[in-house]
Order: sequence, then structure tokens, then C-alpha cells
Amino acid sequence: MEYLIRFSQSYETFRLPEIQALAVLEGIDLKVVSYSLESPFCIVKLPSQDAAKRLIRRSILVQTVHELWGLGATLEAVHADVRERTSHLWDQYLTCSFKFTIDSYQGTRSGERKIDIINSFAYLGFAGPIKMRNPDQEFILFEDWPLNSTPLGIPDPKFYFLGRYLGTGARDLPKKLDLKKRRYISTTSMDAELALVTANIALAAPGKLMYDPFVGTGSFPIACAEFGALSFGSDIDGRSIRGDEKKKTLKANFEQYNLLGRLGGVFTADLTNSPIRRLPLGGDNGDNNDSGVKGRLFDGIVCDPPYGVREGLRVLGVRDPEKCPWVIPKGKEMYKLPDFIPPRKPYSFLAMLDDILQFSARTLVDNGRLSFWMPTANDQDQEMPVPTHPYLEIVAVCTQAFNKWSRRLITYRRIPNAQVDPGAVEKAKEAQETGKLLGKTADELNPFRKAYFTRFESPPTNTPDNEPVQ
Amino acid sequence: MKVLTLNFLTCAVKACKTTNNSFPLHPKDAELVHDEIEINRDLLVNVLPRIDWTALRTTSTELGFPTLPEQPPTAEDLQQDEKMLKELHALLLETQMMEGKLVCGHCGHEYAVREGIANFLLPSHLV
Repeated sequence: MEYLIRFSQSYETFRLPEIQALAVLEGIDLKVVSYSLESPFCIVKLPSQDAAKRLIRRSILVQTVHELWGLGATLEAVHADVRERTSHLWDQYLTCSFKFTIDSYQGTRSGERKIDIINSFAYLGFAGPIKMRNPDQEFILFEDWPLNSTPLGIPDPKFYFLGRYLGTGARDLPKKLDLKKRRYISTTSMDAELALVTANIALAAPGKLMYDPFVGTGSFPIACAEFGALSFGSDIDGRSIRGDEKKKTLKANFEQYNLLGRLGGVFTADLTNSPIRRLPLGGDNGDNNDSGVKGRLFDGIVCDPPYGVREGLRVLGVRDPEKCPWVIPKGKEMYKLPDFIPPRKPYSFLAMLDDILQFSARTLVDNGRLSFWMPTANDQDQEMPVPTHPYLEIVAVCTQAFNKWSRRLITYRRIPNAQVDPGAVEKAKEAQETGKLLGKTADELNPFRKAYFTRFESPPTNTPDNEPVQ
Repeated sequence: MKVLTLNFLTCAVKACKTTNNSFPLHPKDAELVHDEIEINRDLLVNVLPRIDWTALRTTSTELGFPTLPEQPPTAEDLQQDEKMLKELHALLLETQMMEGKLVCGHCGHEYAVREGIANFLLPSHLV
């Protein structure tokens, strides 16, 4: 049977990856029949109405799901389609209480016209009482209108769908985790809606272990814990975890949402010198035919690494040991003092992405997911490529566009060792050797940062327009 | 920081990674707290194969808990043996280390734990 998903018309490129991830999580066979980024209506094939309800119950970007009763470009076509698809079902709804409404997307109808249209479905023969509150069944005629249809005076929508209501997504969760009401946030906290979508796409679920290596104030671990996972996190800046050490701390955020039992542990650490135990790649597929669980700890890794613009990108080490030769000996003397803060140096964003991929390949169980955010310029010449790794398969790339730059949520699946292409491993090794970036300052190391602060302007070209007027 | 997390952490110094002595880290002057949490059987079954049992036995003894059996329980054991499930749950998920130090058995580096948050940042000569 076909079902109609009513999405919210926002974060368009995240919508399909989210429900596809939820289908994986629920073990539901999902086939997308029709979908477009421009429309909130999506038709899918699912095994049962129970599956439809389960599929969307924790979706952030789905508003509702419906059993599809008919569709068409005109009302006549809808009536014909409804007869064809559902005449055998009508008997079931003869006596139940019901409600019949019209949901116009980008358009409006007068009340009278609405009643006329609803009455045109009289042939369905529903004789039960009409209840506007808590009816047994709810039928909705969805109308898809062209943009600006009211000012342009367009009389009819582009398309109609008739659906029987089945269930609602988790659109209330972003309100529950709203940053405005959270005890402790910082300038770079991920907003609740996108953090929850990320947790969905990364398959956070009860019994799973999720890790965020750039935890900050804990937006992602909170979203993962909200979906039942046990969350872990670390950050090179311990102050972001500790907050004011009183009421505004990462732990207090978990407390606020009653999720403290799902906070596995947070610690101060640098991803390039991580204390998390892990085996070398390819070294854990000995004779045990487990699913890669031995030696690999996490079901999912989610993060929003610092781009080096608002939040500096630094790792442990000394920026210029020749210029400041005293730093290392002084550190040797002082490092045991409780207040000692180890020196940090700027680091390349691209190298950091490679480190995240390598770390994930070593610590994710088979089919575990890595979802991380990265920025890129909208100008194609300056666009940053999606990083790749032979042990990780790209599942989805979602984009949130701003004026001159965008950020993308990139999701990978950890491939079981046996399925990894040895040729790709060799190629990746070579690329790593040749692609090592040199440089010491933040700008040299980070092309995105540089582009951001030069307003994404391309290098000047000598077109006549640029020449000074003589 | 839950005892489960201690089972995931080793010395951050790169030279220590290849030795066996750097894992598990040894708690020193540890202050523990016990928070009651609802038992989640699926979580424990999922976590069990990822636990380094030998290391967990060491940690458990060093924290003053009764000695764990030599062999880890199987997933079936956890399904049937309610007592075993409860004990593991209490140790791994309900017990937290709040203060103290974690010491590497190889290089002797001490990582401070304050308010349940361990600090694994290294001085420059160890990076």
C-alpha cells in the first residue's frame, strides 16, 4: 500500500536521509515513490500502516503520515483515483466517527468552497457522527498550491492528495530541547532541531553508545540520549564541559531533561591524542566472526568540529618550537601542577576531518554511523570536497545553505572489514602521503577560514571591467 | 564518569599505546558515587562484547568491589541471571568516579579527575 508523508517544508535535503535512517533503525522496507525538494508531500511504499506509524514516530522533519486514498491534478481525477484505490475499504468506515478537513499548502480556500469540496466526497458513504475533536478516523484533502497563488489570483491548486491520518512525527521534541530554555549553552551550540535530526540520521537508539569528540555544551549527546542512547563526549576545552561548575554545566543540561542516567562520561581530550582505546585498522578481523564489535566501541559518532572561524581549531602542541624554545622545557617542569594548561597550536581543518574519519573507522562497529558537520563555500570554485575513507561509505550529504557559505551534514556507514576494497586502502595511503598540508598560521592551515574572512571573493581576474577608468 | 567509561580509556601518550601496561588506567585516591539508574538489559547485552573483561576485573578490584568471575558472562547469562545483570549494572553504569587520578601503568602519567571529568590533555613534551 502507498502512504503519504507530509513533511515540514524546511531543511529539505535532510528529510529523505532522516526517514531512510529511521527505516533502517526500525527494520522497515521503505520505497520512495515520489519526492521533490520543492514539495512537502512525499509518497512511499511501506509494508503496513503499523510500519508507517513506527517509521515517523521519532522523525523531526515529518509532520504526519497518512494512508494514501487518492491523488490527482484535478478534483475529478482525485475522485476517480479514490474510487479505484479504496472502494473495497469504505465499508470499514461506515459507522465510525470521523472528521474531514482540507489542508492547503501555500494557498487558501473560502469556508463555503471547502464545504462544497468536502461534500463532493459524499459517495464514500460515511454515515457515522462527525466529531471535530478526537474522531475515530480523520480524512484530510491536501492541496499543493503554486507559490504566491493568493496574490496572483490562481484559482486552483497544482495537485491534490486524499489521506487517512495514521500518525504524527516528533515535532514537539525540538521545543522540549529548545536552546532558549536550556540551562547552559555557548555561541556554537547546535540548535535542537538539527541536533535531533543528526541523532536520527546517525541511528541513535536505546542500548547504543554514541560519542561526540567535540562535545562543547553537549547538544548532540543530549539529542542522542533523548532517543535512548548512552552518550559520551570529549572536548579539548575542559571549560566548555565544566561551564561555571555550578548550575551551568554540561551535566546540568542532562539533569534538566532528566537524562542523567544516559550520560556515559565526558572528559577533556584532544582527538589527535585521544585516550580512547582502539586497534589498528584491519587488525580486528581475526577468526571471530562477530560484527566488528570486539575492539570497536561506538555505534555512532556525531559531531560539529570547530571550523576555525568562530571557534578556534587547535590541537595539543607548540606552534613554533624554534621561535619559543622555552615552552617545552617549561612544560616539563610545570605539567604536574593542577592549574597547568598545556600549549595548543592551530591545526588544519582538512587534517582534522581526516583524523575524524580515521578515528571513526577504528572505533565504529560494523554499520555504525559517523555524522559530522562541515562548512563549504557556495561558490563552486571554492567548494570543499566531501572527505572519503576506504572503510567508510557515504550514506547521505545534507546541506543547510546560508548567504555565501553552507554547512553540510555528511553521514558515513562503517563497512565491515571483509567488504573493504584493498585498492582503495592503497590509494588512500598514497593520497595521505602527498596531501600533507604545511603551514603554521590559522589562515595557512584552513582554506575555509581564509575564504570566510575574505568574503568568499575569487582571486581577481583581469577582465576589462576591473580595469581603472582612464 | 561511569566505570564503563574507564574500560574505554587508555593512556593518551602515543608511545604507551603499543604496550599492554597502559590499559586499564589505575584509579588512585578515587572518590566514587552511586546513582540509581533504571536497568537497561539491552544496553548491557550490547555493551558486553565491547568490554575488555580482564581490564574490568582489574578496575573492579582496584575500586574495592568484589572480584569478578574469570570469564565474562554470555548474552544468555545476562538474559537469565538476574543477580549477575544487577551487579554488572551497578558496577558499570551506576558507579561513577568523581575525584582522584587515573595512572598509566607504563609511563606513570597521572590524569586528574575532577567533578567526574578526567583531563587527558598532555604537555608538549609528551605530544
